[in-house]
Amino acid sequence: MSGLIIVLVVVAVVVLFVISMYNSLIQLRNRVKNAWSQIDVQLKRRHDLIPNLLETVKGYMKHEREIMENITKYRSQAMDAGTVGEKAQAEGLLSGALGQLRVQVENYPDLKANQNFLALQEELTSTENKISFARQSYNDQVLFYNNKIQMFPSNIIAGMFKFLQEEFFQVEDAKEREVPKVSF
Amino acid sequence: MWELIQSNRRKSLVLFISMGVTLLLLGYFFGSAYYPDGGGFIGIFFAFVIWGILSLISYFSGSKILLAVSGAKEVTKEVHPQLFNIVEEMKISASLPAMPKVYIINEAAPNAFATGIKPENSAVAVTAGLLARLNRDELQGVVAHEVSHIVNRDVMFMTFSGIMLGSIVLISEVFLRSLWLGGGRYSSKSSKSSGQGQMIIMIVAIVFAILAPILAQLLYFAISRKREYLADASAVRYTRYPEGLASALEKISDSSIDLKTANKVTAPMYIVNPLKPKGQKLTNLSSTHPPISERVRILRSMSGGANYVDYQNAFNKIKRSKSPIIPSSGLADQTPIGLKEASITPVALGLNKQTKRDTGDIMMKVNNYSFINCSCGLKIKIPPDYKKTELFCPRCGTKHSLI
Repeated sequence: MSGLIIVLVVVAVVVLFVISMYNSLIQLRNRVKNAWSQIDVQLKRRHDLIPNLLETVKGYMKHEREIMENITKYRSQAMDAGTVGEKAQAEGLLSGALGQLRVQVENYPDLKANQNFLALQEELTSTENKISFARQSYNDQVLFYNNKIQMFPSNIIAGMFKFLQEEFFQVEDAKEREVPKVSF
Repeated sequence: MWELIQSNRRKSLVLFISMGVTLLLLGYFFGSAYYPDGGGFIGIFFAFVIWGILSLISYFSGSKILLAVSGAKEVTKEVHPQLFNIVEEMKISASLPAMPKVYIINEAAPNAFATGIKPENSAVAVTAGLLARLNRDELQGVVAHEVSHIVNRDVMFMTFSGIMLGSIVLISEVFLRSLWLGGGRYSSKSSKSSGQGQMIIMIVAIVFAILAPILAQLLYFAISRKREYLADASAVRYTRYPEGLASALEKISDSSIDLKTANKVTAPMYIVNPLKPKGQKLTNLSSTHPPISERVRILRSMSGGANYVDYQNAFNKIKRSKSPIIPSSGLADQTPIGLKEASITPVALGLNKQTKRDTGDIMMKVNNYSFINCSCGLKIKIPPDYKKTELFCPRCGTKHSLI
């Protein structure tokens, strides 16, 4: 009789342990998802701003056709990207092209004085800041989650219920460095 | 990050309890000084009623009162898109659960403060003078400092211990004044109830009434100074750009304009002490903020990275001390956080006239003025109560339609 009770208690403890570990994994995964949606909101916002920006700039910048075509191209690539890795790469290219545009703006004093352009410029700068801040917090969450999945004993539960590792949002350093810092 | 808040909370609790005990003793002594038989408990009761009422008021409408007293007005994104964007950036960086409300104060002196006992319901207020003087990076530094006050629960701590301090000051004041006024009546009564013991209690009560407010104030100021450093450290972590906050602090302290709406109670809330120090020696002890030059030097010597460890190292180097300014849990996380480069090269805002004009424009925008740029180059400012549908430019006479 007492043997049975001991077995029951052990089983109950194990079950509770599994449940709590499973729940904490779910919680971490949801945090990753939430952090990703924060980035996603800002990336979408950037995609929405670009047509307006190009429209405003078009009248002034006659000689920068190539840069503008690149921006359009990378924007649609970024919008079609599926995985986190693809997205990070496309967004990196887009940032680079936008950076080149900023360098060229220096040669167009009329454009720099345009109120509409200045307002768009502020929105774009802010959106890029938000992307980079959101990226930091996303990567932090991914790190927590991935650690949990790899470490014992939570790795057993993760394996049982097929919790998969998440990808970091990494912008290639080379691309990042290419973006020239220019003042307005 | 979470541990840091926890340790801050624990410290707040210790301070809170010790101030509470002081309040309790005050009540007891004052009560017994008047009525030796059981008066102590009546005193305690009254002390707590006063404190309770003040706490309830501050909990439910403290932010509103503070914002109203300082003349802050809530603004929409249209009034100042950049400020709004920066607050949102810092909300993301600090992972605040909700966007703080944004307020602008109609003052030419540059300063800022944050309110909100809970991060879910907070607000950031900056003066028009601040907006006119700072560039984007500097403004970001200031907003980050304010947001970290919210995240680190400094606002909660300041509000509650400020109220506790206020109660102690109030009760001591009332007691001392009542002695002054009712002195004669009291002495006649005490001669009847004969007592050396009574006399001793009386003396203790008077000494307490004089010392308690001073000690409570010094304690409050000491901790509020320490929290300024911590908020600076968090601000760097959020923006990853110490120079922004450093040069903002310099610009704010360079200004010679007084902030009219600040007072002794609200002073610890601001990023830079709005009350001008009079005697240098005394201010070191009784100031609510550490000296700005020191804060700037610490920020400028952060070259390694933007983590708390980097701030602590810079602090130790400048202050030549080993006193921990960051709770140890904050230092445990050694993941390097790289510094960011300047997004904007500092704009030289040397033109005093232009700054004044910008300040005026921001104030008018907050007050619902509208603007028309006339072709002659004049910016016409139209007050919200202007009812006509057209107006003529005062310089060149061009007719503008207002619809």
